[in-house]
Amino acid sequence: MEITTKDFKHCELVAVTGRVDSATAPQFTQALDELMHKGMYRIVIDMSSLEYMSSAGFRALLSAQRECKRHNRGEVLLASVPARIREALELAGFTELFRTYPEALEAVGSF
Amino acid sequence: MSTRKFPADVKHLDEVREFVGQTARLAGFTEKGVYAVQLAADEAASNIMEHAYEYDSDKSFSLRCEYKDDRLVMTFLDQGSSFDFSKVDKPDVTANLADRKIGGLGIFLMHKLMDEVEYKVTSSGNFLTLIKRKS
Repeated sequence: MEITTKDFKHCELVAVTGRVDSATAPQFTQALDELMHKGMYRIVIDMSSLEYMSSAGFRALLSAQRECKRHNRGEVLLASVPARIREALELAGFTELFRTYPEALEAVGSF
Repeated sequence: MSTRKFPADVKHLDEVREFVGQTARLAGFTEKGVYAVQLAADEAASNIMEHAYEYDSDKSFSLRCEYKDDRLVMTFLDQGSSFDFSKVDKPDVTANLADRKIGGLGIFLMHKLMDEVEYKVTSSGNFLTLIKRKS
């Protein structure tokens, strides 16, 4: 798994590649926590090169969404979600909790 | 039929997914089916590593994976702490963000992704069997 963060004027773009499971989810959580500690609560997660995500990754997404949406200060958006991962998110009822966009830049532009 | 042993260390989850994925691919599962089998196996293995063995990497569990009669059967066997599957709270996947529970999702996904899930505590260890039909 690799995480790249890019600053935009109104939000942060986090590109996560490879596989997020119980082994790598702590790094993913840490990357999101660092942004939030810096007061960045508008986050787009680009999943275009994400191959796999287990419930460990879902938990990281849920915690971040909760933190970002508190006091209406921001939101986590998901972009370019691969089909298999989208299906798993749907099974977990997560698609109701996140707005998703086909392209990362479209999500960035929505802030 | 093939059986392998894995230590209770999350570093080995990649190998768990590769092991079951290979059997599912050889059996002719679609990519969607292969992903479902890999995700369910990952959730099962993660649970054993965390709850049965508390990430003690000196401990290991075995995983048997076989395809027979249109069904992929994965059998996990561990000698760690057992837990009652039926007592694990089912997450409310329709709850709103504030009320959404963080835990229980792995087991919930296993049930959703597989056709059959069976957990059995015996004198030789805890057996977790996950079955996915190809068609």
